Amino acid sequence: ADVIATARWTNQRRAALSQRKEAYAYMPAVSKGDGMRGLAVFISDIRNCKSKEAEIKRINKELANIRSKFKGDKALDGYSKKKYVCKLLFIFLLGHDIDFGHMEAVNLLSSNKYTEKQIGYLFISVLVNSNSELIRLINNAIKNDLSSRNPTFMCLALHCIANVGSREMAEAFASEIPRILVAGDTMDSVKQSAALCLLRLYKTSPDLVLMGEWTSRVVHLLNDQHMGVVTAAISLITCLSQKNPDEFKTCVSLAVSRLSRIVSSASTDLQDYTYYFVPAPWLSCKLLRLLQCYPPPEDGAVKGRLVECLETILNKAQEPPKSKKVQHSNAKNAILFEAISLIIHYDSEPNLLVRACNQLGQFLQHRETNLRYLALESMCTLASSEFSHEAVKTHIETVINALKTERDVSVRQRAADLLYAMCDRSNAKQIVAEMLSYLETADYSIREEMVLKVAILAEKYAVDYSWYVDTILNLIRIAGDYVSEEVWYRVIQIVINRDDVQGYAAKTVFEALQAPACHENMVKVGGYILGEFGNLIAGDPRSSPLVQFNLLHSKFHLCSVPTRALLLSAYIKFINLFPETKATIQEVLRCDSQIRNSDVELQQRAVEYLKLSSIASTDVLATVLEEMPPFPERESSILAKLKKKKGPGAVSVPELDDKREGGELNGGGDRGPDTASTPSPSADLLGIRSAAPIGATPTSTGSLLVDVFSEAGPAAPSAAVNDDGFLRFVCKNNGVLFENQLLQIGIKSEYRQNLGRMYLFYGNKTSVQFASFTTTVSCPGELQSHILSTKPVEPLVEGGAQIQQVLNIECLTDFSEAPLLNIKFRYGGALQNLSLKLPVTINKFFQPTEMTSHDFFQRWKQLSQPQQEAQKIFKANHGMDTEVLKAKLLGLGTALLDDVDPNPENYVCAGVIQTKGQQVGCLLRLEPNGQAQMYRLTLRCSKDSVSMRLCELLAQQF
Amino acid sequence: MYKNSINFMLLFSRQGKLRLQKWYVPLSDKERKKISRDLVQTILARKPKMCSFLEWRDLKIVYKRYASLYFCCAVEDQDNELITLEIIHRYVELLDKYFGSVCELDIIFNFEKAYFILDEFLLGGEAQETSKKNVLKAIEQADLLQEEAEAPRSVLEEIGLT
Repeated sequence: ADVIATARWTNQRRAALSQRKEAYAYMPAVSKGDGMRGLAVFISDIRNCKSKEAEIKRINKELANIRSKFKGDKALDGYSKKKYVCKLLFIFLLGHDIDFGHMEAVNLLSSNKYTEKQIGYLFISVLVNSNSELIRLINNAIKNDLSSRNPTFMCLALHCIANVGSREMAEAFASEIPRILVAGDTMDSVKQSAALCLLRLYKTSPDLVLMGEWTSRVVHLLNDQHMGVVTAAISLITCLSQKNPDEFKTCVSLAVSRLSRIVSSASTDLQDYTYYFVPAPWLSCKLLRLLQCYPPPEDGAVKGRLVECLETILNKAQEPPKSKKVQHSNAKNAILFEAISLIIHYDSEPNLLVRACNQLGQFLQHRETNLRYLALESMCTLASSEFSHEAVKTHIETVINALKTERDVSVRQRAADLLYAMCDRSNAKQIVAEMLSYLETADYSIREEMVLKVAILAEKYAVDYSWYVDTILNLIRIAGDYVSEEVWYRVIQIVINRDDVQGYAAKTVFEALQAPACHENMVKVGGYILGEFGNLIAGDPRSSPLVQFNLLHSKFHLCSVPTRALLLSAYIKFINLFPETKATIQEVLRCDSQIRNSDVELQQRAVEYLKLSSIASTDVLATVLEEMPPFPERESSILAKLKKKKGPGAVSVPELDDKREGGELNGGGDRGPDTASTPSPSADLLGIRSAAPIGATPTSTGSLLVDVFSEAGPAAPSAAVNDDGFLRFVCKNNGVLFENQLLQIGIKSEYRQNLGRMYLFYGNKTSVQFASFTTTVSCPGELQSHILSTKPVEPLVEGGAQIQQVLNIECLTDFSEAPLLNIKFRYGGALQNLSLKLPVTINKFFQPTEMTSHDFFQRWKQLSQPQQEAQKIFKANHGMDTEVLKAKLLGLGTALLDDVDPNPENYVCAGVIQTKGQQVGCLLRLEPNGQAQMYRLTLRCSKDSVSMRLCELLAQQF
Repeated sequence: MYKNSINFMLLFSRQGKLRLQKWYVPLSDKERKKISRDLVQTILARKPKMCSFLEWRDLKIVYKRYASLYFCCAVEDQDNELITLEIIHRYVELLDKYFGSVCELDIIFNFEKAYFILDEFLLGGEAQETSKKNVLKAIEQADLLQEEAEAPRSVLEEIGLT
């Protein structure tokens, strides 16, 4: 057998190897092809070094030797030059720096001896140097080889371009290579290299590779007689199709017929392209991948042929194996999995989807770990199709078993993912229970994600909320350290919003707190819930107010400062709920460890709560300490957190099927400190709200109340203007403007009169550096808001780092277009280009104006010319909650006038827009109709264009 | 954006010594060293029966051990793991055929050949030629060319630098 088995060595082989070992040790010049004896001796020396120091010494000696040879008066012959360059390369590959020898390597490129040229090219490919003088020489040598008509030289040159792939090379050769690729007299091997070389240049410099006239001939390479040419060309075609699907769409029918020919061929037809009895597995996978760039073929005949292919692939996977070798089954199954990916991509053939699911089901218990892993992974996507969801569910027991028994954590992780993906109302309780019990022993590396998943499933499929509360409290008990604040915030939100579960929650946390050692997160939840709803269980003497208090306070000393602060707030709430605890609690507050605590926050709370409880009347106390109002419904922040952890695609599976209102994301729920002036019927004493960091410092902790993830999406490859973020900033100044998998852009801005300042924070979310990072701000159209100054940003943004940019803005006259922010950078090899609307809107320059009802209507009448008024009637896009509306109107920048409109349901606002040249007075009236879920919005301004613009902007806010 | 199929390929020994590295995406020398170090550690820590795939950063790692050498490829998230495993195997076969029962020492002493064979097989992270015969033919031809080559002229003369 000519194949190395993984561990089994035949005796014969072993003997051959030990011979070889001796040979390398005693007579190093046995390397194949052309031996470079000196190199072999050197490598052998290095291998014999006993210590790192000895190795470094030997290397330094060699470097000195090579340097002197290169500098010497005697011209070196090609062989010596090759040998020394090769030694330098070896030293570099050992991990040492090399700062000379480039010129000698470049010299080798022009040698007409193949191996010298080859070593020269290898050195250049591994140690590219951006030295411009050298690049010119290298390109010159490449040019000579490309035009040499010698296919082996041409291939070497093409390999070098593909390996280096720099922009300079693209500039020099991007127009030449397509010609070589499609020329009738080009050798097959050169075509193969040319195709992949072009692909590399296209990836690094797409602007320089213009296919235009070549498109059709490149697509027709799919028909080439030489399988190797097709294999190489299809990678290029796939890439080009992804970028220009319309221009390349003729490739679909060609790909289908090629695939069909391969799939139906006998295993011997394709000679050396058959791999362990599987015909052309690499090409088959690539063809199936290319088809995934397109929707199902429209042409019935093509479609029919393709479905036939897919059926054949599924059938063949079921046939008895033609060989026992793992290579045979791997190649066969590689095609099967790629075919299944295509079936899932089409998501339109129920039969195929269900068949795919059944065949994957067989793999779930296969003895090969690799297949079990892949089957679990592939089934995750099948679970998201309505056609195969039920079929996936039938494997629940096997998957649960995998979660319990697999020995490899990565396989268990896939099993957990699949359970999450297949979860629905019918099996939620079982799956959540299994995941909880798995958590007790789960690997640390996946606990946090598991906790999030359990929390999401529990919330999403909660039919009775007592089950939900139990689940989350269990979660805290089992894996308290991994329960992020999003999770425990969320349980509190839900308990507050649902009065049917409050009593149960109080009783359950009370019981959970009885445990001698309970997690601090449990104390937090317990403190909050008893502070709000302790009264609901106070009737039972076993949980009387004092018992509750003593229980909480017994945990106090073991807790961190934030938890203690929360407990102090729970205590003051107790004083309101249970007057009989007042004396005890006051005594606690009064003791030195509280009132003189070295922590400012704790001390302040102790002092203020003590004072409040002593001087405020019962009525005042009851008002201040009233039960928390319901939280606005919004996307679960834990789901958002999971999305962030896993990337947007990964959690698409169990999207909330009872679509929660997506609203309230725009400022309504955003109650950070700067909107705290909103008159709220009850102060947020427990500090949950103010715990939310306000947008501009987007930290990774995320927060319940600042929805920073609402538009995580894949990187925008083109510069199509993205203005989703823009509308969310009409009524607020701070937050996250944009976020995808690579980049997060936060904004913090402030405005005074007609001037503004905006801080942009660019955060690199990856672990890889962004290079050539540039931003430009442009003001399109009649935009008169002047960006006064922008400092250029640093061109490098390290992985995980955040950089800041300041824009100074002056509003010269009113405007309706927004300035555009364009961001360009390189991530890996790919150029990223992104355009965003900067949220600079005319309302930012509002000065609020207070006025009486009389004044308001007088001015209203003065602005009665038809063009001064703009009106819109529109359906509510978000909830119509009073507080949210008020917060938005205040965020707009106007004064919100009370007691002006005779109808108390309506809102009226007034303000003056400050531009450099003039002031524009504006009056606004918003009339909600709760029954119809509609609004009427009317604006009257002293300048008609302003009325129009404000009306447009605002109509999209409510 | 279409990404590379294979981002990089590493060969390393059971002792963690890097024997061959091929990078198909532009990365700084520092970043390459860090990646190699991290990955070698991660893979060496895995037990023999574990599966050959793992998620690592935002890439998928496909690896397999052949005798004393680990072969490891980093591919994109949507890439096909099994076919990558067979890419590795085909490369091993090519080395084996060329050297005749290849062992780690062959790759150490003839590292340049290992690179040449790889370049004939994979280019820019994509399969260029999957036929074993064709790849080896190209390499053997090159070896032959060497023997036929004429006496060297001065290289400097040729590009006009002397």
